Amino acid sequence: MTEQTHFVEIRHAQKSFGALEVLKDISLNVERGQIVGIIGSSGSGKSTLLRAINDLDPLTGGEIWLDGVQVNKTLPHRQYEKHINEMRQNVGMVFQHFNLFPHMTARENVTMAPKLLKGLSQADVDKLAEEQLDKVGMLERIDYYPSQLSGGQKQRVAIARALAMKPKLMLFDEATSALDPELVEEVNLVMKKLAEEHMTMIIVTHEMDFAASVCDRVLFMDKGVVVEEGPPSVLFKNPTQDRTREFLRKHIEGAS
Amino acid sequence: MDIDLMLKVYPFFLEAAWVTIVLSVLTAILGLICGTLGAAARLSRFALLRFLGAAYVSVFRGTPALIQLFILYFGGPQIGIQLDAFEAGVIGLGINAGAYMTETIRGAIIAIDKGQREAARTLGLSSWQATYKVILPQSARLMVRPLGVNLNMLIKATALVAAIAVVELTYTAQRYIGSTYKPFEMFLLAGILYMIIIYVTGRGVAWLDRKVQIN
Ligand SMILES: Nc1ncnc2c1ncn2[C@@H]1O[C@H](COP(=O)(O)OP(=O)(O)OP(=O)(O)O)[C@@H](O)[C@H]1O
Ligand SMILES: [Mg+2]
Repeated sequence: MTEQTHFVEIRHAQKSFGALEVLKDISLNVERGQIVGIIGSSGSGKSTLLRAINDLDPLTGGEIWLDGVQVNKTLPHRQYEKHINEMRQNVGMVFQHFNLFPHMTARENVTMAPKLLKGLSQADVDKLAEEQLDKVGMLERIDYYPSQLSGGQKQRVAIARALAMKPKLMLFDEATSALDPELVEEVNLVMKKLAEEHMTMIIVTHEMDFAASVCDRVLFMDKGVVVEEGPPSVLFKNPTQDRTREFLRKHIEGAS
Repeated sequence: MDIDLMLKVYPFFLEAAWVTIVLSVLTAILGLICGTLGAAARLSRFALLRFLGAAYVSVFRGTPALIQLFILYFGGPQIGIQLDAFEAGVIGLGINAGAYMTETIRGAIIAIDKGQREAARTLGLSSWQATYKVILPQSARLMVRPLGVNLNMLIKATALVAAIAVVELTYTAQRYIGSTYKPFEMFLLAGILYMIIIYVTGRGVAWLDRKVQIN
C-alpha cells in the first residue's frame, strides 16, 4: 500500500456480482475541486463504480482512497461499520429516484442526519435547514412533505440533504434522468452552482451537454472498463476510440 | 328461541367476555413481543438467527394452535413446566400469534424501498439508526392493517382455551348448555359477544390506521 497522493484514488477496482464481472480493473484519480463526469451505455458499470466509492456496493478487489484514508479497508465488522459511517459523512450522494424520506418534511429530511450524528442544537439545526434549502431554492417549501413536491423540487431537497452533512465529495447518479424534461434545468442549475463553489463532484449522467458544460474531465465507460477519458472538449469533439465515437454518435442522434 | 333465558344468563356471559378480553390483550402483547423478536431474527445478518426465526414461524404456523396448547398445558408438567390453564392459554396463544406477527412485521419492513436505507446509510447513519429513523416509521404505517388482521384471528383463537378449561366465553357457553340444554341460545349469545369485541377492536384498528396515515 503506497501513500495516497490524490483526493480520491481508485486503484484497480474490481467488482463482480456472482459470475458477472461489472468492474474490470478500473483506476481513477480525482483531485480536490475537480468535477468528473462518467458517461456510458446502460449496464456499463457507472452506478456500480459510483456506489463503490461510498461502499454501497463494496468492491471485490482493489482499493478506494478518500482524502488520505482507505475507504474499503479490512477491519472486523463492528470497527468497519464505525469507520464506514464516518467515511460516508464526508461523501454526499444523490440518487436517480431522490430517495427522500417520505415521512419527513423537507426540513426534517435535511436535518435528520446532522442532528443525529453531529449533535447540533435546535438553533443550529434550524439555521442549517434554512441555509441548505435556500441554497437549492427550496426555502419556501421548507415544511412541505416530499409527496407535495415536484420531481425537480424533490431532487433539490435531496441535494440539500446531502450538502447538510458538509461533505467533501458529492456523487450524483443520474440525478436528472427520472425528471420530466422541463424540470431538468432547475436541478442542473443547482449542480452548476456547486461547481462554481469548487465542490469535488463525480457525476454519472446521460446528458452530454451538461457534462460538457460543467465537467473538467469526462470518462467513457463500456462493459466495466474506462475506454477513454479526457477534458470534454477533447472527448466529445475528438474521441480516439471507436467505441466512444459510436456511443457519442448514437447518443447525439438519439437526443436530437 | 328462549330470549328470557338468554337475558337471564347474560350477566355471567359478560363476566366471561371480560376474561376473553383480558386473555386477548395479554396474548396480543406477548404476540407483539414475539413477533418483533421473530422479525428481527428473520432479518438478522446472522444466519443462525435467521434460521431460528424461520423455524419458529414454520413450526408455529405449521401445526394446529390447539395441539400447541395441549402440548404446553398437558405435556408441560412432564418436562417441568407447571402452568395454570389461564397462563398456558396466554403463553400458548401468544407464541402462536407471534409467529403470524413475525411475518406481518417482516413484510412491512422489507416492503420499504431499499433506496430508503441506502439514502440513510449514505448520510452516515448506522444500520440501526437507519432502521429506527427511516425504515420503522414507514413500516409502522404498513403494519397497522395486517396486524389488525392478526388481532382479529387472535381474538377468535382465544376460544380454543375452552379446551383446557379456561372460563372464558366459549367455555362458559358450553357450561351453561350442560344445565340449560339450549345450545342454540348459549352459542348465539357467545357469538354475539365475540362479534361486539371484534367489531370494537376493528374500529380501533381502523382509527389507528387513519391516524398513522396522515400526510
Ligand atoms: N445488485 C446487483 N446484483 C446483480 N447484478 C447487478 C447489481 N447491480 C448491478 N448489477 C449489474 O451490473 C451491471 C452494471 O450495472 P450498473 O447499474 O453499474 O450500470 P450503469 O452503467 O449504471 O447502467 P444504467 O445506465 O442503466 O444506470 C449490470 O449488468 C447490472 O445488471
Ligand atoms: Mg446506473
